[in-house]
Amino acid sequence: MGGRGVRIGVTLFPGSNCDRDALYAVERMGAEPVELWHADADLKGSDAVIVPGGFSYGDYLRPGAIARFANVMAPLEEFARSGGPVLGVCNGFQVLAEAHLLPGALLRNTGMRFVCKRVRVRVETTRTPWTSGCETGEELVLPVAHNEGNYFADPATFEQLEGEDRVVLRYLENPNGSANDIAGVCNEGRNVVGIMPHPERVSDPALGSEEGLRILRSVLAGAKV
Amino acid sequence: MKVRVLVRPKAEILDPQGEAVRSALPALGFGGVKTVHVGRLIEMEVESAGEVDAMCRRLLANPTIEEYEWEVVG
Amino acid sequence: MSLQETYTSLGLSDFEYDRILELLGRAPNHLELSLFSVMWSEHCGYKNSRPLLKRFPNSGARVVQGPGENAGVVEVGEGWALAFKVESHNHPSAVEPYEGAATGVGGIVRDILAMGARPVALLDSLRFGPLGEEKNAYLFREVVRGIGGYGNAVGVPTVGGEVEFAPAYSSNPLVNAMCVGLIRTDDLVRSRATGVGNLVVLLGSKTGRDGIHGATFASDELTDESESKRSNVQVGDPFAEKMLIECCLRLHEEDLLVSLQDLGAAGITSSASEMAAKGGVGIEIDAQKVPLRESGLEPYEVVISESQERMLAVVEPDQAERVLKLAERYGLVGAVIGQVTDHGELRVKDGGEIVGSVPVEHLADAPICDREVLRPSYLDAVQRLDLAEIPRPDDYNEVLLEILSHPNLCSRRSIFEQYDHEVGADTVVAPGADAAVMRIKSTNLGFAVTTDGRGRHCYLDPRGGGGATVAEAYRNLSCVGAEPVAITNCLNFGSPEKPEGYYQLSECIEGMAAACEALGTPVVSGNVSLYNETESGAVYPTPVVGMVGVLKDVGHYATPAYKREGDMVVVIGSGSRASLAGSDYLEVVHGRVAGRPPTPDLAAEKKVADLVREVIRSGLVDTAHDVSSGGVAVALAEMALTGGIGFEYSETELEMIGAEHALQTLFGERGASFLVAVPQERWDDLQNALSNVPYDEVGRTGGDRFRIGSLVGVSLQDLREAYERDLFGLPGGAEVTH
Repeated sequence: MGGRGVRIGVTLFPGSNCDRDALYAVERMGAEPVELWHADADLKGSDAVIVPGGFSYGDYLRPGAIARFANVMAPLEEFARSGGPVLGVCNGFQVLAEAHLLPGALLRNTGMRFVCKRVRVRVETTRTPWTSGCETGEELVLPVAHNEGNYFADPATFEQLEGEDRVVLRYLENPNGSANDIAGVCNEGRNVVGIMPHPERVSDPALGSEEGLRILRSVLAGAKV
Repeated sequence: MKVRVLVRPKAEILDPQGEAVRSALPALGFGGVKTVHVGRLIEMEVESAGEVDAMCRRLLANPTIEEYEWEVVG
Repeated sequence: MSLQETYTSLGLSDFEYDRILELLGRAPNHLELSLFSVMWSEHCGYKNSRPLLKRFPNSGARVVQGPGENAGVVEVGEGWALAFKVESHNHPSAVEPYEGAATGVGGIVRDILAMGARPVALLDSLRFGPLGEEKNAYLFREVVRGIGGYGNAVGVPTVGGEVEFAPAYSSNPLVNAMCVGLIRTDDLVRSRATGVGNLVVLLGSKTGRDGIHGATFASDELTDESESKRSNVQVGDPFAEKMLIECCLRLHEEDLLVSLQDLGAAGITSSASEMAAKGGVGIEIDAQKVPLRESGLEPYEVVISESQERMLAVVEPDQAERVLKLAERYGLVGAVIGQVTDHGELRVKDGGEIVGSVPVEHLADAPICDREVLRPSYLDAVQRLDLAEIPRPDDYNEVLLEILSHPNLCSRRSIFEQYDHEVGADTVVAPGADAAVMRIKSTNLGFAVTTDGRGRHCYLDPRGGGGATVAEAYRNLSCVGAEPVAITNCLNFGSPEKPEGYYQLSECIEGMAAACEALGTPVVSGNVSLYNETESGAVYPTPVVGMVGVLKDVGHYATPAYKREGDMVVVIGSGSRASLAGSDYLEVVHGRVAGRPPTPDLAAEKKVADLVREVIRSGLVDTAHDVSSGGVAVALAEMALTGGIGFEYSETELEMIGAEHALQTLFGERGASFLVAVPQERWDDLQNALSNVPYDEVGRTGGDRFRIGSLVGVSLQDLREAYERDLFGLPGGAEVTH
């Protein structure tokens, strides 16, 4: 399914690193990449938004703690409330959690080191716009690269997430001590998804794998055109 | 006035930093350390202390995983 | 303080002070003395090394920019070029390892940025004392965290590097950081200031007291006093650097830059005077216009401060407003602090008052120190080695496991997994192979890069070691399928004021220069770090080579990992020179550093490496590894371990070698040798391709064991347990830090 005509916004905070990779992946999908500068409260007609990885504001205070107050977040929150598809990747997941668009928080990896490696994950639910193109139980090998990827929530929240089928990705080899091996979750409305692994880094055969596109391409099917 | 804010991980949170410090101390010859928690210190010069609490709740601490305390120190 | 005490404490000799008097025709004031102090330090002035550096070849068909700019530049193809350089941050890392390493990364990134290039790859070459000592383990751990902490945050992937542990580096770690940037060939920015009346703009972070006299510090030996110089060490802000990268690239894109220079050692002073000297102009700086982080800085402090994350730009007056606006957009400080003049001097003002002025040509021209080259007495003693004395092992299994688990040879996974090596989505071959391979988007092109050093070899034979270092890099690039193009080097040595130190420097450079000529890899940039010694002695003479190569088709590359069961494994290149002299076997198993390793046969290095590259380029071979540290047995094991497939050495081969030569064949080290694996059906084609080089079939891949006849028989599982060790494993568990 081609992406022609689908506009996918990628937010760009001071210190974001993976915005260019995300824009490139969007291009490879055949969709239209739209850069969303943090200081502009404008989603520029995006049909879906990716909040990419990196070190927004240097990860100072807490990762994502400052980015969540950027001007672009107001329209983003509105977009999310009205059901627009939003994907937070790595630092993006951290921003969405700080903004309370997703439950829980990302703590320091239990090994106390930055971890960059490929890990096996399993798609737990296809009932989100970002995994609708996958199969339930499908195994993917995705890269992680983070210092704070250890997902945490209180027991009630965990019960809710598991009970409502809102765990989106689960590690088959857990790189950071994440509770319940959770690698990604979605909100109650199922339109906002946050994942720690980087699908945009494996969206090109030149780099050895296109598995990331299985996630990213999903949004083309459901995106309002 | 000067305000000092202390932010620490909530008791029920796994604190890998605290754990790492706790297990490293004996190796350096320091005994008798039962628990360690690692938090954050924020010092500010403010005009009035009236909004410090709101600052803590909105930005300086993440209420999901942290608790805070603050005091005027000068 | 007397006058002599003043200039001595600033690192200037009596001779140098007299020279200053002569050049100026008057006594310098304190600010001017400070200018000379930093500009005439070894770090900035290359007093001891300049005449030697002239021996390196600097030109070649692909060289766009040789030494003399912030980085060297070579052409890759299709209008693309690579800017690259390696730099040391040894002394700061010895005192505060996290920030020393972090700011080292910051500095080299800015050097690349100053060419107008986007930094796309980082590598680090590290050396420490033995890990068993707490102090060395601490330095290692913190340096790695610092490199990761800074590199990951600025979003430049750290794709390669090396680490070595030896007593010679105890308390004198070597931390060399290399950066590669991508740029269009006709789009380079240069650093020479031009255009009288053009404005000098400072971009980046505010200026504070960081690192004042850091350049002088870098040129001193380390003593106990050095700990107290902790305030001289700068603290890095990778967030500011990331914004600086994006801002400068944007300024360049909008054609707003006349020239660009990064601020490093000696801060505004060195940058401004270098820019002016290159352009044959003068520069005037008003210290009052420099945005400050703290109050009460004297003008001389402002201009020699080494606060990080700052760049100096020369812009045309009517562009200045746009430049400052962009700086603001990126959250950076931007200020017009001076202008280009025609008086040929670096003139420092404090508001309206001139507080110092020195002709730039004098600042840039540190007097050369003439030194004697005396062959040191230790060389004869240390080269003495009776190979017949070396006992044959009782248990080859034990030997192999011991070597593979040694910190100098074991897996580096525990290091490189702390580095983001994939950001940018351009990494084709990640750390763990012989060289990193990156692709260039929208083309089929790729480039490969490696950093290599051979300290022990250079200690045992400076000239041979220098050549062998270049040859090693040449092999590493060739066996991923890249055509080596040029090098940057970092010369890490002890004090040149000691005759043996100067001899080592001179001889290593001689050996390197000969190899660069023979292999066709000119030197396009580099850095010198002298005085790496403490009361207990100097480091091994350790020139580090950063070599860059081109892949015309990035789809055809090779990695060491065995990829299929049943592949034939071949060793290419003669094994007749394999020797245990100065080998890892000798040091790891017998604790001896002795003998004279075989001098590189440069003609053979080129011939064999070029051939291996050709069979990779043609698509015939996808599995290759050079035979280097540890010899053939270790190389074979590394291929099995990274591929997860076992190996069996050919029985016939073993018989031919014979028991008395087994040790030398399996663990002896030699140059110009590679291992290559191909499936059965490609064997004939491979043999045809190798028709005029010596080669031997060594065995087959397959199964889950690693076997060398009756000598070695061990499961991959056991090998893996020895090899995949955590270099940061501390008693009691995890690390302490913030």
